[in-house]
Amino acid sequence: MTHWLIAPVVLPAMLAPFIVLAARFHIGIQRVFSIVGVLTLIAIAGGLAWAASDGTVLLYQLGDWAAPFGIVLVGDKLSTIMVLLTAVLALFVLIYAISSGWDDRGWHFHALFQFQLMGILGAFLTGDLFNLFVFFEVLLIASYGLMIHAGGNERLRAGVQYVLFNLIGSTLFLFALGAIYAETGTLNMADLANRVDLIDAGETVGIRVAAVLLLLVFAIKAALVPLHFWLPSSYAEAPAPVAALFAIMTKVGAYAIIRVYTLIFPTDLSVTSGLHDVWLLPAALLSLAIGMVGVLAAKRLDRLVAFSIIGSMGMVMVSIALFSPEGIAAALYYIVHSTLAGAVLFLVADLVRTGRADLNLTPQPPVAGATITAGLFFISAIAMCGLPPLSGFLGKLLVLDAAYGTDLMVWTWVVVLGSSLISIVGFARAGSVLFWKAQSIAPPQDAVPKAPPATMSFVAAGGLITLLAAHTVFAGQVHSYTTAIAAQLFEPAPYISTVVDTPGKLSEPTEGH
Amino acid sequence: MELILASAIGIMTAAGIYLVLRLRTFPVILGISLLTYAVNVFLFTSGRARVGAPPVLRDDITTYTDPLPQALVLTAIVISFGMTAVIVMISLGAFLGSDDDQVNDQPDPPQDRSEGSS
Repeated sequence: MTHWLIAPVVLPAMLAPFIVLAARFHIGIQRVFSIVGVLTLIAIAGGLAWAASDGTVLLYQLGDWAAPFGIVLVGDKLSTIMVLLTAVLALFVLIYAISSGWDDRGWHFHALFQFQLMGILGAFLTGDLFNLFVFFEVLLIASYGLMIHAGGNERLRAGVQYVLFNLIGSTLFLFALGAIYAETGTLNMADLANRVDLIDAGETVGIRVAAVLLLLVFAIKAALVPLHFWLPSSYAEAPAPVAALFAIMTKVGAYAIIRVYTLIFPTDLSVTSGLHDVWLLPAALLSLAIGMVGVLAAKRLDRLVAFSIIGSMGMVMVSIALFSPEGIAAALYYIVHSTLAGAVLFLVADLVRTGRADLNLTPQPPVAGATITAGLFFISAIAMCGLPPLSGFLGKLLVLDAAYGTDLMVWTWVVVLGSSLISIVGFARAGSVLFWKAQSIAPPQDAVPKAPPATMSFVAAGGLITLLAAHTVFAGQVHSYTTAIAAQLFEPAPYISTVVDTPGKLSEPTEGH
Repeated sequence: MELILASAIGIMTAAGIYLVLRLRTFPVILGISLLTYAVNVFLFTSGRARVGAPPVLRDDITTYTDPLPQALVLTAIVISFGMTAVIVMISLGAFLGSDDDQVNDQPDPPQDRSEGSS
C-alpha cells in the first residue's frame, strides 16, 4: 500500500500551519510556500490520475484498519480527475491572488487557502460518509475565513448569510447521517452500497428520508434552485480569487451527488426510485433557467457572474439527473468547463473592478488595461454562454445529445437552448455597457489614471482561458475519458470489492478480541 | 426513555427551525444552536437507546451499546461548537460595522460601495 493517496490531504494540512506559525509576517515566504505546495499538489494529482486511469481503484486504509471499521480514502477515475482539476485551478487562482495583491489585504490568506484545498481534496478522495461531512466542514470553515478576507461591511454581511446557510446544511447532513447509521449500521460508502441493497422493501421509511436529506444537503452545496439563495451574495462579495476558487466548491456538491447516487442509491434501486427524475431534473432545469435569467437581470457584474455560476451548475445537474452513462459523461465534461469558465469570469470581473469605482453595469470612463480585459471578458463570456468555438458549446451539445429520447427531452431542450439565448443577451448587454459605452464617456479633467492590473493577473486569467481552449481542442480525448469514468461509476462492483475485501487490521477476528 | 428522547429531539428541532426563520442574527444563531443540540441527541440515539450498558467491550459483559454514535456525536459537538463561535464572531463584526443585525439583504444597497481594499 503506497501512501500517495493521502498526500493531497496531508500536504496542505502540514503546509497551512507552517505558514501560520513560521511565516506569519513574511508575505514573500508565504507566497513561495503556497505556490510550491500547489505545484507539488499538481504533480501528485497528476500521478494519482495516471495511476487510476487504467481502471484501478486506489485504496488507502488509515491506520491499516479494514474498511467498515476504519476510514478509507478511495481514488478512482472520478476522484483523481477532480483532484487534478482542483489543483490546476488552485495554481491559477493563486497566481492571480499574488499578482493582484489580494493575499496581502488581510491576514492568513495562504494558510486558509491551503486548508481550503485540504478540505476540497479530502472530500473528493474520502470513501466514508462521515469523513465526507468532516471534510465538508474543513472546507467550509476555511471558506468562511477566505470569504470575509480583507473585511468590509458588505462582505461581512454576506459572510453571515453564507455561514448561516451552510451551518443549516451541515445540520441537515448530520440528520441524514444519523438516519443512515440507524438504518444500516455503517457509514462506509462501499459497505452502504451492499447493505442498502438488502433493505426490505416494506421497511424503507428511514432510508428514504436519509436519501432525500442527503440530496438536499448536496443540492445546497451545488446551489440548486430553490436552495441557491446563499450563492449570489456570497460569491459576489467574496474577494475575486476566492470566488474563483469557490467555482470548484459547487462542484463538490455535484461530485457528492454523482458518487452517492451511483454507488449507494443507484437509479434502479426501488428505495429511491423517482428521486432523480421526478425531483432532481425539474429542479436542475429550474436552476438553469433562473441562473440565466439572473444573468440578464443583474445590475452588477459580480452578481451577474454569480448567477451564471448557478446557471452552469443547473446545466451540470440537468446532465447528472439523467443518470445515464452518457449523461454523467457529459456532466463531467461540463463540470471541467464550468469550473474553468466560472473562475476566469470572476478573475475578469476583478480586472474590470481595478480602476473603476464599482462593478455597477453603468458606463464609466475607460480605464488602463481595458482592452485586454475586454478581450478576456469576451472570450470567457463566449465560454460561459456556450457559443462556438469554445468548450461550453461542445458541453451543451453533449448534454442535449444525452437528453435525446428521455421523457423530459422537450423540456430539457427548450430550457437549455432558451437559457443559452438569455445568457447571451445578458452577457452581451454587460459587455457593451462596460467596454463599448465606456468609450463615449470622457474622463473627468482632474482624473488621475489608476495603474493597470499587473501583467501576471492577465497571465492567470489567460492561462485559464488557454486551459479552456485545450479542453475544446482535446474534447475527443477528454470526452472518451469522461465516458470511461461514467462506465466505471455504473459498474461499482470493483470499487466495492476493493474497499470491502482489502484486508487490514480487524478484517479477521483474532483471539483475544 | 424513547418518548423523552424523541420529544426532546422534536421540540428542539421545531424551536430551532422557528428561530432560524427569524430576521435578526441573534435568534437565528440561537436557532442553529438548538438544531445542533437536536442533531447531537439524534445521532446519539441512532445506535439505539439503551440504558446502563457500557460502550466499551470488556470480558464478562454481554450487553453493551454501540460506541460509534458516541464518537460521531463527539465530532459533531466539536465541529458545531467551533462553527457557532465563528458565526458569532462574524455576525458581531457585521453588526458593529454596519450597525444593523438583519440577516437578509438590504433592498437598496448604497451606491458608493467600498472596494474592499481594507
